Amino acid sequence: MAKLPPYVGIGGKTWHYSFRFICGAILFFLITPILVIIPLSFNSEPYFTYPMPGVSMRWYEEFVTNPVWGTAVKNSIIVAVFATIIATTLGTVAALGLSKSNLPGKSALMGILISPMIVPLVITAVGMKFFYSDPMGYLGFGWLQDMMIQWGWISDKLRLTNNLPGLIVAHAALGTPFVVITVTATLVGFDNSLIRASAGLGADPRRTFFKVTMPLVLPGMISGALFAFITSFDEVVIALFLAGKAEYTIPRQMFSGIREQISPTILAVATVLVIFSILLLTSLELLRRRNERMRGMSAA
Amino acid sequence: MTDTTASNADDPMADQGTLKQRLAKAERRNKLRAYGLVLPLFIFSAIFFFFPIGLMMFNSIDNPLVANAVPKTVEALKTQWDSRKDTLPPEEVYATFGKEFHDLDRLTQSRMARRMNFENAGLLTLVRRTGSRLNALGKETEGGLDAITDWKTTLIEVDGRWGDAEVWATMRNIGDPITGNYYLNALDLRRDKHGEITTVDENRSIYIDVAVRTFWISGLVTFFCILLGYPVSFLLANLPMRYSNLLMILVLLPFWTSLLVRTTAWIVVLQDQGVLNDVLIFLHLIPDRVQLIYNRFGVIVSMTHILLPFMILPIYSVMKNINPSHVRAARSLGATQWTAFWRVYFPQSVPGIGAGGLLVFILALGYYITPALVGGPTDQMTSYFIADHTERSLNWGLASALGGILLASVLAIYLLYNRFVGIDNMKLG
Repeated sequence: MAKLPPYVGIGGKTWHYSFRFICGAILFFLITPILVIIPLSFNSEPYFTYPMPGVSMRWYEEFVTNPVWGTAVKNSIIVAVFATIIATTLGTVAALGLSKSNLPGKSALMGILISPMIVPLVITAVGMKFFYSDPMGYLGFGWLQDMMIQWGWISDKLRLTNNLPGLIVAHAALGTPFVVITVTATLVGFDNSLIRASAGLGADPRRTFFKVTMPLVLPGMISGALFAFITSFDEVVIALFLAGKAEYTIPRQMFSGIREQISPTILAVATVLVIFSILLLTSLELLRRRNERMRGMSAA
Repeated sequence: MTDTTASNADDPMADQGTLKQRLAKAERRNKLRAYGLVLPLFIFSAIFFFFPIGLMMFNSIDNPLVANAVPKTVEALKTQWDSRKDTLPPEEVYATFGKEFHDLDRLTQSRMARRMNFENAGLLTLVRRTGSRLNALGKETEGGLDAITDWKTTLIEVDGRWGDAEVWATMRNIGDPITGNYYLNALDLRRDKHGEITTVDENRSIYIDVAVRTFWISGLVTFFCILLGYPVSFLLANLPMRYSNLLMILVLLPFWTSLLVRTTAWIVVLQDQGVLNDVLIFLHLIPDRVQLIYNRFGVIVSMTHILLPFMILPIYSVMKNINPSHVRAARSLGATQWTAFWRVYFPQSVPGIGAGGLLVFILALGYYITPALVGGPTDQMTSYFIADHTERSLNWGLASALGGILLASVLAIYLLYNRFVGIDNMKLG
């Protein structure tokens, strides 16, 4: 593929170059829309066309100074961080359980645990909107809740709508499949004799986990955590249904912005997000390399 | 301790037995521990993810309102009225309804009005007006409502539509606490005067169209993703590592970029005053600006763009594992380049197309944000109507039934995916 052998005829050459051209066009289609908006975010006028009349940072200034965006950034970070912690912890532990070979019902369990990734977001969001409005009541603990209200422990029904904890658990539930998938993938080919060796050398299970298992699954954990983080950071449909104005996240705020009147501030935010995803992508790539290296060592 | 070792030494068979038992026991303990590790996540997902969806599915058949508000009327309609005879319900039904309905508080009355309105637009005003008129009548009439003897005439005077058997049939049809009516509505069906299932008027039927549109758009997007994804995957899988890693970034960067950023990008590119129109005019390809957004074209282009990485990655990972010597063998046996590709290489890459195609199709079926932002009114998919009925018209039953149908379709394809691809083979990044 890299160099054409000398025997390839005209037809073969034509095909070779036109194929490359087609692929180039497709890759161009993939990347250009994202790149096009970056310069436009520095436009001095609120238009979305080239050539730009001048360059300015005013839209970035707007993004940094407008308290609406400030709140959105703060909310997004809080929600994503906590959702990631929950998802990564639960997902890693579950993946360790699932990695046991020939566990009965394993594929069914896996299918269930991964389904949050597959269920259309609107369905998840609407179901959550119903349930999160009164989770205690729906779970059959309405009486306990009433008693707690009577005793003055809580002033109202415990709800998960219009507050950050609701968004956090919802996003955590969405993020877990990614962690399960990535950690399970790291555990494929995991050498269980390492655990036995560690135990044989006198380590208790906790020490074994932190000293042997964890370093080996860490790349999977981190890449799962990155997926969980970006899932939460990028999620808008659930925020649309569960968040009130005070809980607007960045994507939710962008959605409103696009709906009402798309301003270049959105493009400034988008640019920041693109840079952010480049950073994420880079760290993921470095992780992958590290993982391959460690795999190579354990195989040797 | 010494005792057991002694007996074991004496009887090797006993030793084997206990060892076997101990092994089985250890194995069982291991299994339990494995389940124990999965349990926390399972419980978490069950409460915060599966229960809400289950609740929504229950909402799609739950219909307590009319049954609780006017139970006697519903009962009377069922036992004392034969709608097949094309007559109005007998006086007793009118009387039962009049009294029962009047005794309801205003909130329940207006909720019932809304519920009736879901079945038959226009009934909202009828039921509301009846509530306030009966209230007034109770005060005006000497001796209150009990003095009314001829309820049939009274109600028909309040609103002529009470003289329409259809209205009564509607009330009876939605009188069951558990109903399939929302599912009927979601399939453009309804129960007629006689309680039989029929199709709704043509001008009112939308949801079959919406379902067909949802599948059609998802299918088209999947098709374009295969069309565009296959060559790129082929190129990436067959280039030397150095180049393919570089080009892979062009695939992964969009994959990692926020959905809203990509949707925003397409709005900027496709707008009337946008970049693409500028370029096309500059190149004299079109004489005037054309509408590229808020229509089907915009939806297909942006969805294809957003889902393309989900197609490329699985195809690429399958192609990576195709042994290149197979194609070389075919070539050396005299196959043309095309034959070698079509008969040897392509069949081996089909699993990748299947995996990517099913994944893209599943994801496309549930799309909401992108069509909502770049589509016109006739490009909205099922998700849009679910959201709309939840937030705007508050017809939660219908929203849930539409959701139930969408969920069933997605799960069916998910099972296919699981069978052919295997959920554990899902690759990320």
